[in-house]
Amino acid sequence: MRCQECGERPATLHFTKIVNGEKTELNLCEQCAQEKGDLLNQGTDAFSIHHLLSGLMNFDQNIPTAPERSERALRCETCGLTYNQFAKSGRFGCSNCYKSFSPKLDPLFRRIHGNTTHSGKVPTRAGGQIKLKRELQSLKDELKRSIEEEAFERAAEIRDQIRELEKKIASG
Amino acid sequence: MSLQRFMKEAVSEWMRGKGPDSDIVISSRIRIARNLVEHPFPMLATDSQLEAVIEKVIGASGQEAFQQLGDFELVKMEDLSDLEKRVLIEKHLISPNLAEESRKGAVLLSNNESVSIMINEEDHIRIQCLFPGFQLKEAWNLANKIDDIFEKQLDYAFDEKRGYLTSCPTNAGTGIRASVMMHLPALVMTQQMNRILSAIGQVGLVVRGIYGEGSEALGNLFQVSNQVTLGQSEQEIIDNLESVARQIVEQERMARKQLMEKSKIVLEDKVCRSYGILQHARVIESKEAAQRLSDLRLGIDLGIINNVSANILNELMVMTQPGFLQQYSGQKLTPEQRDEKRARLIRERLLIEHHS
Repeated sequence: MRCQECGERPATLHFTKIVNGEKTELNLCEQCAQEKGDLLNQGTDAFSIHHLLSGLMNFDQNIPTAPERSERALRCETCGLTYNQFAKSGRFGCSNCYKSFSPKLDPLFRRIHGNTTHSGKVPTRAGGQIKLKRELQSLKDELKRSIEEEAFERAAEIRDQIRELEKKIASG
Repeated sequence: MSLQRFMKEAVSEWMRGKGPDSDIVISSRIRIARNLVEHPFPMLATDSQLEAVIEKVIGASGQEAFQQLGDFELVKMEDLSDLEKRVLIEKHLISPNLAEESRKGAVLLSNNESVSIMINEEDHIRIQCLFPGFQLKEAWNLANKIDDIFEKQLDYAFDEKRGYLTSCPTNAGTGIRASVMMHLPALVMTQQMNRILSAIGQVGLVVRGIYGEGSEALGNLFQVSNQVTLGQSEQEIIDNLESVARQIVEQERMARKQLMEKSKIVLEDKVCRSYGILQHARVIESKEAAQRLSDLRLGIDLGIINNVSANILNELMVMTQPGFLQQYSGQKLTPEQRDEKRARLIRERLLIEHHS
């Protein structure tokens, strides 16, 4: 058999890919496989991430429980994506899916990230209040540290900053 | 087109290889994923919704603060040939996903190609900053700045608990992917890579070879990046990656030193043979080219070879990829023609070295 890419060298590598029951075969020589390596690899990479994710998401469904039927019918009202479709594709359809599938997401995020709650950057406009609340929290932490270290002057400064910030938050 | 002129156009800032620790760290990259509220993610959006996203990003990039960052050009995927797209992928400026899968995909490219903002990839917006050498913080600062400028005009999908909302749950939270590309020939030669690979997996980072298949790394080039995007701050993610990468750099330096002390003549032989082959070969496959270029680069870094510039590995690794070779030749090539062309391009490139 000749390599189907260059049609010149004999094919020594044979790939069979089955996606949703659809079978594709690739017969390549070593050189072409190398050249194509990039592409093939990305294909399989994407597939494995996919696969892994939907494996994670379907984890619960392997254990038959009573509310299973209602979970299966979980659907995002904004974009129409069902939880089942999400579990299969590993992709949310819109930002509202995060709310729609919320009851199922904590275990999922814990498995992927070992965590369920964001602690990084907050956008200035969309996050307005959130940003202030986070600032407040970090000031409070700092206050506690200052008191423990008996740095009372610094603590007094921080206390004033906290009062300012609380006023700002209260006035919206 | 002459090779010199082609190179001038072909070489991005990151390939020039000037930067801190650039003897080992080839490039540093930050990519952040953002989406707009009230627009379905690209997977489910209609063509007209996707066009609206492009318009909004163009609008946001019209702000004065953005213009001050330099000249940008918007390139739509539908206006590019397959070959042109392939070249952008090989230069790491766009993802294969944007080139092949996206509808209405586009990229906003900076003049020196250190910033590429992908539109309508898996997420509406992906801001990527790619710097030569070990400059993760610098790359993050720039990406963060662009993000702030965009946010002045764009309504991002953000949730207090989940952070920035992305199409794939593996990116949610910070939406950040930080990575460093490293040249680690001595660790490979001394068979220490496996030990390092398994250690890295335990601290929430992932390593892959680039341009290679599976675990095999072509040209001893490895990319280390963060896996976790939710629950850690951007700063923590970057600091974590930076400190691990720093340790790998030290290990590689140590391995190089040991090789020079214990088996100098073997190393010199390996480097010089590879140099000879690159100078004289008439046919060379990409795998062999990558290995020989890696040897040559190691020889340059260790002072075994003195009259060749160090960025040759970065440049030629990209330029000897199939897309680039065909672009340079101005035509489609069979694999055998490519092997011949690749050998010629390398020979000519080395000749330019000697004349300059």
